[in-house]
Amino acid sequence: MISEFEKFKKFKAKTLPEEEFLASGHRACQGCGEVLALRMIMKALGKNVIICMATGCMEIITTPYPQTAWKVPWIHITFENAASVASGIESALKVLRRKGKVPKRHIDIVAIGGDGATSDIGLGWISGALERGHDFTYICLDNEAYMNTGAQRSSCTPYGAMTSTTPIGEKGSGQVTWKKNMPAIAVAHGIPYVATASPAYFLDLMNKVKKAALVKGPTYVHVYAPCPTGWGFAPERSIELARLVVETKAFPLYEVIEGHYIMSRKISKAKPIQEYLRGQRRFRHLSEEQVSYIQRRVDAEYEKLIKLSEMK
Amino acid sequence: MSRRVGIEVSIAVAEAVRLADVDVVAAYPITPQTHIIEHISELIATGQLDANFIPVESEHAAMSCCCGSSAAGARTFTSSSSQGLLLMSEVLFIPGPLRLPIVMVVADRALSAPINIWNDHQDIMSQRDIGWIQTFAQNGQEAFDLTLHAFRVAEDRRVSLPMIVTIDGFILSHVIEPVKLLTQEEVNQYLPPFKPRYRLDPKRPITMGPVGIPEVYTEAKVAHNEALKASKKVILQGWKEFADLFGRQYHPVETYRSEDADILLVTMGSISETAIGAVDAMRDRGQKVGLARILLWRPFPGPEFRRATRGAKALAVVDRCLPPGATSGPVGTELRSLFYKVPGAPKIFNFIAGLGGRDVRVKHLEEMVDKTMAYIKRRPKELYEVIGAHEK
Ligand SMILES: Cc1ncc(C[n+]2csc(CCOP(=O)(O)OP(=O)(O)O)c2C)c(N)n1
Ligand code: SF4
Ligand SMILES: [Mg+2]
Repeated sequence: MISEFEKFKKFKAKTLPEEEFLASGHRACQGCGEVLALRMIMKALGKNVIICMATGCMEIITTPYPQTAWKVPWIHITFENAASVASGIESALKVLRRKGKVPKRHIDIVAIGGDGATSDIGLGWISGALERGHDFTYICLDNEAYMNTGAQRSSCTPYGAMTSTTPIGEKGSGQVTWKKNMPAIAVAHGIPYVATASPAYFLDLMNKVKKAALVKGPTYVHVYAPCPTGWGFAPERSIELARLVVETKAFPLYEVIEGHYIMSRKISKAKPIQEYLRGQRRFRHLSEEQVSYIQRRVDAEYEKLIKLSEMK
Repeated sequence: MSRRVGIEVSIAVAEAVRLADVDVVAAYPITPQTHIIEHISELIATGQLDANFIPVESEHAAMSCCCGSSAAGARTFTSSSSQGLLLMSEVLFIPGPLRLPIVMVVADRALSAPINIWNDHQDIMSQRDIGWIQTFAQNGQEAFDLTLHAFRVAEDRRVSLPMIVTIDGFILSHVIEPVKLLTQEEVNQYLPPFKPRYRLDPKRPITMGPVGIPEVYTEAKVAHNEALKASKKVILQGWKEFADLFGRQYHPVETYRSEDADILLVTMGSISETAIGAVDAMRDRGQKVGLARILLWRPFPGPEFRRATRGAKALAVVDRCLPPGATSGPVGTELRSLFYKVPGAPKIFNFIAGLGGRDVRVKHLEEMVDKTMAYIKRRPKELYEVIGAHEK
């Protein structure tokens, strides 16, 4: 058991912090799942934090100079390096505290990037930072494509999805690969805490983020984030999809505490995957065969996870 | 009292970093920079320097860590070379506009392909426009002094810009030279503690590195450029005070036997010491030859360079970099632009030499001067030529 969790108090709907650290008036699209998640993440983190953000939708929509939506210190350097920037800040504060140059007060260091920044271009940087054991949290906001540049595929794009670089045509039927298992890659670094979350279960999301921040050492939270603009669905369905993806077992919610998998929400009666796929333009072209392949693979992946969670 | 010792130049640089009481070093090994970061690691491990060394997984990450560290308010150092410097390149353009005073020592090395670990200036010249202050050391003493000077200038609140000290790989980095090391008390007199203009602090939140829309982007670029140009004043002050305290005076353009010279060799870095030998030899033969060495490369010291070369009929400009397809080497191009249509400007001839560790000897520099004498009378066909290349 991680001793920091003794200090942990769960968030409750009735006692949610009222203060916002990500101001409204930013430029996200209506119904943006990333910014909805980000808002709750910031509520969970509070004001004693430094945010290092990768290039991507959330960076662009929050900081068109001279405006900023950030009420906490925030830094952006490049697309792939948020984890390294966080490493530098964490190392700096450690040594400055040791040398008495800054107050001894603890500050949470949090790096945030999209699925592209995380699972593709920034993977090496994240791996380096996790491996070195910096005391920081990395949060991936996964909208399953490069949205900021116009919805090109990433390695987190789900199988079959149409993106602007996996278009549909005589010879193209969408993404041909299965979604990269980024949380498993984080777990493989032997870090103390990894979790997945969805903004539909916002208390669960906030609790996981808070726990990740509390833990000493590197932690990783992978957050599913629907994107109405890139996926092609009505903005008001964002949260509904964020729930369906969990209920269909396509994006299971779990924690990995010191290597032990714990299911946050066991789905005993899963909804058919079709319910989730339906109504998203990116999946409109899927053949029956493709849908049944997705169903089989989703079930199999979920089983593997359950097995992991049953290991002592 | 400062003491004069025989010391490997890389170790002298590491000693300067120790004396600067650096807080964070993030670096990735590459020949010929390795001895610098190895020695710093040793200083930390033995408790002689209280700093955090971040053993990053790449140079891109090294510079990224440096940006974070500097933004958090720590005195920050790194070092690289060649392929490593190029891997950093994307990030190198950022601490300038963000006003993060990172100090880096670049141990110059050639670029692939073909892969080559030896010295020239292709690496640093490819990063000419990153918006850092850039100085070039000619020997071990300068490597040591300029490293301390770099912290002093970069962190000065009027400057707040990153700064590179360039030393030639192997020729300086791996050579034992006599260096007068300063004591901690002396350095403390010269280098005040780092008090950042801005830093990431939840008590005073700021947004660093926001989006620059077209309405503000030009202004941001202009502001950075103005700051870089204005830094010259502080650079000069830093050298003046260094001279007042320790007796060694540096100038943006250093000259040797240049007063009545008809022809001036123009060099950067360690080759300048060879050039001094060449000048002496030619002077002994009655040739009116001198040397102008560019020590401060960015911001380019235009007025100082013009003043230093006043009266010369021609400049034999040495470049240690061959930019394929260009009109001339980077230094040649810079000086041609500086003197364009300036009345009484010297003629400029550009020679490229010393690529990938090819030795530049006195005879090569003499050859450049001889050619320059001939070219004054009859213009050469090409805007530059490569010296010391073997015939096919
Ligand atoms: C080195 C580099 N390559 C490419 C880009 C272009 N680029 C900027 S953001 C982005 C995609 C971001 O995707 P993701 O990380 O998933 O974030 P999202 O916008 O989807 O939230 C790309 C490709 C860049 N800025 N830098
Ligand atoms: S494109 Fe998608 S992720 Fe980006 S701001 Fe719009 S809804 Fe959000
Ligand atoms: Mg994305």
